[in-house]
Amino acid sequence: MAAVDVAPSPELPSARALHTTLRLGARVGSIVVLLVAWELLARSGLFTSFQLPRLSDVLARIWHDALAGDLALNTAVTIGRAMLGFAIAAVAGVVLGLAISRLAVARWFFDPIVSIGFPMPKIAFLPVIILWLGVYNTAKLTMIVFDAIFPVIAATVIALQGVERELIWSARNMGASERQLLWQVMLPAALPQIMTGLQVALPLSLIVAVFTEMKMGGYGLGAAMETAARFANSVGVFAGIVEISVVGYVLVKAMALIRRRLLIWHQEAAESSGT
Amino acid sequence: MKTLLRYAPLLILAIGWELVARLELVSNDALPPLTQVATAWLDLIRDGDLVPNGLASLWRGAAGLGLAIAIGGALGILMARWKAVNVIFGPLVEMFYPVPKSALIPVTVIWLGMGNGSKILLIALGCMIPVTIGAFNGARAAEQTLIWSARSMGADRLRTLWDVVMPSALPELLNGIRTALALAFILLVSSEFIAAQDGVGYLISSLGDDGNYASMYAVVLTVALCGFAADRLYQMFMQRMLIWRL
Repeated sequence: MAAVDVAPSPELPSARALHTTLRLGARVGSIVVLLVAWELLARSGLFTSFQLPRLSDVLARIWHDALAGDLALNTAVTIGRAMLGFAIAAVAGVVLGLAISRLAVARWFFDPIVSIGFPMPKIAFLPVIILWLGVYNTAKLTMIVFDAIFPVIAATVIALQGVERELIWSARNMGASERQLLWQVMLPAALPQIMTGLQVALPLSLIVAVFTEMKMGGYGLGAAMETAARFANSVGVFAGIVEISVVGYVLVKAMALIRRRLLIWHQEAAESSGT
Repeated sequence: MKTLLRYAPLLILAIGWELVARLELVSNDALPPLTQVATAWLDLIRDGDLVPNGLASLWRGAAGLGLAIAIGGALGILMARWKAVNVIFGPLVEMFYPVPKSALIPVTVIWLGMGNGSKILLIALGCMIPVTIGAFNGARAAEQTLIWSARSMGADRLRTLWDVVMPSALPELLNGIRTALALAFILLVSSEFIAAQDGVGYLISSLGDDGNYASMYAVVLTVALCGFAADRLYQMFMQRMLIWRL
């Protein structure tokens, strides 16, 4: 669309390499600056060690947890719970989305429920879920699925609506069965947008997983963090933030990678490979 | 009539709820009848429990979201227009983006205590990211030719920013704010569940702790419907704001 291409200066390979190095340097640089600033601020005495513990103390605490085996256990529990909830929400969400867009009855029944349920703060139902299912794994998983399923359903419905009619007509014309149409035409064509829905659902699953652990206890990074908070152990709280952030970062990056692999045939892969 | 048919499933759910509870298929503690919930709601309004707590939450949500929009929007636009800003803040935004925001609840409590401050800070921090990303993507998509034209016709940088970049950033910015609005509700309620002395989340928790389940359901449904209504109102506002597009 852009009438004038902005700055497509002919780049030599070496200039390009320099450019990427610089960019990587800037990226690492600003994070290092942040971490150093943390350590210096904590040492400066502007804050008490309760308000802002030293980064070195926090890292020592994480190292200690890692050696004791707590870190591995809690991380595994949190990731496992978030991913299981996410997987259930993904499969059920896509199936429901398919049903809504293909069966009139399902559309009639679920459409108003989804349109009201999607923007609702589901987290408010947490006490109800606790009342019904207790505070153990089932309750936490239910809460995660409840929260993560709506973006998947919505994305699937919109994606299937957006599949080009010509594609469907041609497939039908060439004698595709309904099942082939679904698996070989509709779903692949809808995949980019479904993936976008999944990319919304994944961080949500993690937010809810951490929160349910904080509220209901048990194992997991969120529970460990909340325990530390109850004992006014701020080093433990900050260690929790760092651990949970790393988990979030890895999961979100992995999801983006999977998207790129799955959609390698799609034009968005060609567009993004340039930058 | 048409709307009635459209929303009939919700009516069916409501009737199903009432029947299940009346026939005591599940214990009335776990699921009080809907009519009982409705009377509990009226009582809550009359006793004056719901309104002050609701207002406390509303203030926190509005202040946090307002800060997020002001700071996040400005940051996103600056990042899109000035490379230096992007180089410094881009990696931080990218690093902060996947942090599960609920993990920040204990930290904000350590910093600012159990009162309003910690909730406002949490919501501001959590909601800033989608606003920033929306503003950034929108402002970056501003057509360079338009900017050049404005500049050549004598608009200074600020004027160009306001009259050319802002309008073209608006659709994405407004979308980012919509995400932030939903997130604000989540963060508000969850932080009030964990540590608060008032607010709707606190009210739900304390009613549940007292075993006052009909009232608890009433507040839960109120919060859920408020979230829904806020999104609908915002969508209407968004359509008004973007009416010049098409």
